[in-house]
Amino acid sequence: MVKEIERVGLPAVQICAIVPIALTVGANRIVRAVAIPHPTGNPKLERKEEVELRKSLLRTALRSLTERIQEQTVFKQEEFSSGAGKEK
Amino acid sequence: MGRVKVAHYLNQFFGQIGGEDKAGIPPQLKEGPSPVGQFLEKESGDRFEVVRTIICGDNYAAEHLEEVSPVVLKWVEEVQPDLFLAGPAFAAGRYGMACSVMCKTVHQKLGIPALTAMHSSNPGVDEARREIYIIETGESTLDMKRVIPRMVTVAQKILDKASIGTPQEEGYFPRGVRINVRAEKRGSKRAVEMLLKKLRGEPFETELPLPEFDKVVPAPPVTDLSNAVIALVTEGGIVPKGNPDRIEAHNASKYCKYFIGNVNDLRREEYQTAHGGYDPVYANDDPDRVLPLDAIRLLEKEGVFEKLYDYYYVTVGNVTAVASAARYGREIGELLLKDGVQGVILTST
Repeated sequence: MVKEIERVGLPAVQICAIVPIALTVGANRIVRAVAIPHPTGNPKLERKEEVELRKSLLRTALRSLTERIQEQTVFKQEEFSSGAGKEK
Repeated sequence: MGRVKVAHYLNQFFGQIGGEDKAGIPPQLKEGPSPVGQFLEKESGDRFEVVRTIICGDNYAAEHLEEVSPVVLKWVEEVQPDLFLAGPAFAAGRYGMACSVMCKTVHQKLGIPALTAMHSSNPGVDEARREIYIIETGESTLDMKRVIPRMVTVAQKILDKASIGTPQEEGYFPRGVRINVRAEKRGSKRAVEMLLKKLRGEPFETELPLPEFDKVVPAPPVTDLSNAVIALVTEGGIVPKGNPDRIEAHNASKYCKYFIGNVNDLRREEYQTAHGGYDPVYANDDPDRVLPLDAIRLLEKEGVFEKLYDYYYVTVGNVTAVASAARYGREIGELLLKDGVQGVILTST
């Protein structure tokens, strides 16, 4: 789905736990999620920490939408990139 | 070659440990066969002996592929098998991915023949079909009886170094290997015959299928995030309580759009998951764990971006046909573009 959204010209990032699958199906912008049944949460954390975790994942996702990329890119949490490359 | 020692990889379900609630279990060992292993032994006329079964939860394997591989490798090496089998995984994506990665690793690192089986929609197919034989299956375990004999046949041919037929004959996914054969008619005749069939609208079979490269050129980025409208989309099945539009738990026939313009937090009393492919406990306890509305509202308030789009789109990505998913994506993308959205965050489970 995310690939088709990009195809119409909208930058779209996929937050998902299984990065190899996102790469296989052709997502261009990928952020690694926490886990399959709770991609943007962690039930082991206190509620307040969990919201912070979500915010941090979303900051990375939002950042990925602002970057000009040439190829499929996995955006890492809290690491700011320089230049092109497969991992940012 | 006499008896064949087999190591066998299975998920928690076929390993008889449990269902989706046990999908998080790390790899574990069982000496001897599981019921699927017994079936393989029987089909081989007891030539195969499953000496060790390695079982790992689907979620654990898919999320920790790099860590599970060396463990499996070590456990396989310990029993010095002649053959490594995984699955069959049918249409289960996480399981198929694990089967393919384990087979590829065992084959490459230990030089042991490895084979698995799954459905054509499984992402595990593209992961390893060039390196190993992957037998094509139906979508569900109903196909077990047809698939096990095929796995055994191809595995025995590999072990006996017998010649293996074409993908059509043996029922495996094409590996991109070319083998020279002497054809009855020369190339020019075959080409003209094929052209005539094509002109008459008759079925014909190409001798050289063209590869399908379906990469999408990345869309231009959001230039000014602080002035951008962002939309949330999910394949994780988060719907209003009671699933009013009845999105199917698997192979969803539709996507839906729900208003969230006045919602700041997805409360468990008001939202739930309709997805049938993962343990729903965490998502039902707090739906923000799949559709992160509470956190994105906070970022919106902080001014990180201008505005969250007033609706979210949702479907269930669980054994959903690729063609349907592609259509949903295209339609959702066009609708969002028309409504002035500049960037999309999609979550999947």
